[in-house]
Amino acid sequence: MRRNTPRLLAYLLLCGGAVVYLLPFLWMVTTALKSGDEVLAFPPEFVPSSFEWHNFPDAWTQLPFTRFLVNTLLITVLAVTGTLVSSILPAYAFARLPARGRGIMFAAMIATMMIPAEITLVPQFLMFTELGMVNTYWPLVLPAWFGYAYYIFLFRQFFRTIPQELSDAARIDGASHARILWSIMLPLAKPAIAAVTVFSVIGNWNNLLGPLIYLRDQDKYTLAIGLSLFQGQYTTAYHHMMAVSTLTIVPIVVLFFLAQKAFVRGITLTGIGGR
Amino acid sequence: MRQGPLARGEARRFYLFVSPWILGFVLFGGGPIVASAAISFTDWSLLSSPSFVGAANYVKLVQDPVFYTALGNTVYFAAASVGLGVVSTLGLALLLNLPLRGIAAFRTIFYLPSVVSGIATALLWVNILHPDFGMINYLLGLAGIQGPGWLTAEEWAVPALVLMSIWGAGNTIVIYLAGLQGIPQSLYEAAMIDGAGWWRRLRHITVPMLSPVVFFNVVTGFIASLQAYVLVLVMTKGGPANATLLLGLYVYRQAFEYFDMGYAAALSWALFAVVILVTLVQFRLARRWVHYEVA
Repeated sequence: MRRNTPRLLAYLLLCGGAVVYLLPFLWMVTTALKSGDEVLAFPPEFVPSSFEWHNFPDAWTQLPFTRFLVNTLLITVLAVTGTLVSSILPAYAFARLPARGRGIMFAAMIATMMIPAEITLVPQFLMFTELGMVNTYWPLVLPAWFGYAYYIFLFRQFFRTIPQELSDAARIDGASHARILWSIMLPLAKPAIAAVTVFSVIGNWNNLLGPLIYLRDQDKYTLAIGLSLFQGQYTTAYHHMMAVSTLTIVPIVVLFFLAQKAFVRGITLTGIGGR
Repeated sequence: MRQGPLARGEARRFYLFVSPWILGFVLFGGGPIVASAAISFTDWSLLSSPSFVGAANYVKLVQDPVFYTALGNTVYFAAASVGLGVVSTLGLALLLNLPLRGIAAFRTIFYLPSVVSGIATALLWVNILHPDFGMINYLLGLAGIQGPGWLTAEEWAVPALVLMSIWGAGNTIVIYLAGLQGIPQSLYEAAMIDGAGWWRRLRHITVPMLSPVVFFNVVTGFIASLQAYVLVLVMTKGGPANATLLLGLYVYRQAFEYFDMGYAAALSWALFAVVILVTLVQFRLARRWVHYEVA
């Protein structure tokens, strides 16, 4: 009895909390299944009187969401690939290649993590305007190929946990640094690669600001922008809004469940969540 | 000491490998930062070429009542979401650290919202917070409470955003859990032998040992929430009556709605100053409550 009471209390608190955290998701799905009239019924009901499954295709075709999906996938693949390549190389350098100025450069990199994105927003926009890259995917993809401080930091932390003896032995056998990175470090850094991939996919998938500032033509829009149009144009079509919202978070939820361990590892390694 | 050929080779490799970041720093980091500082001293509407106006944008800033509104909203939002966030996520982390059956499933549930957080969940919250058709007022109604207008009411709009941000703060739970698991078990065992109960173990072991992690989450939480605005841009556009106009949103508005690039740049530096100031205050206050183990 005395041992079980605290345990029971903990379960009660956890279950209560879990309900609070999950209710919004439940509301999302049930709203997506309501009829257009029912979402505007007062008072609202949690469970729809009939499940309107056609809301999903209806909402999806209300705007060219298939097109938006293809655009989002294209940007995400290009940006994530760039992020991995351009973050792993500097991270290896910071972790394993001694050179004069390395410490100062590393400090400068950490310092950039604290500069608000708002500061670089205006000059970057002006630069891409000058380059004639507005209304193209360049502003959304190009920066990803030049290394993100946060991911470089994450990889560097991970590389430092890999025993130095492994690469020293390979050095003595005459292996180049590229070779050591590719054949020794990367296979051992799979959890870090998975974490950065997941963070970066989610970040690009959810990126709203970049597309909002740089994309003009509707056929170039991403899912995030397409969704935001609902808030502007079809304010009362909550069932359609929630149907598309549900569809856009499903891939992220699946990805999260597939890579949950890597995800948690990534957060605990650097102390910061994905961006 | 002269460097040998091996060390020189290593250094050459270092610069080769690190070059993507150096280029990125020039193009997307340090370069734009310097440019932003320069732009803040100009009058630039995109249509015309920039003209140097000295500190005019900063003079305008200190006289701009909307800036003070945005500043107040930003500090209010950040303090409320970090303050309440610490209490709720720390409480949850303490529960999630218990050796209970099925605890992994609970952990997943609590950080799922932070994973999917984005425009989809922002629209979900717009819906949930709707005064008439939303879930929260529906549930309050079941309890006999007439809910407020949330995002449509000036005094409730920021609390509504705070509610949403706490729901999506699950990643800090992960950090707390890692911190909790790093506390040596022997401390608890020694305390139990001395007859310390649950509360005293929490008060005298867990809290001081975890305080550096709490401090870390408070500092990074403030830095992030002082800069937050993108979802608000879609949810309320800063309304009603600028009640949710955050500083970041005001920068966006000046830059991309009014095309006043010089003023937008000046505002972004004011935001940076706020972030630095708040962070410095945090470090100053930390001396009083953060406990570091001396190794």
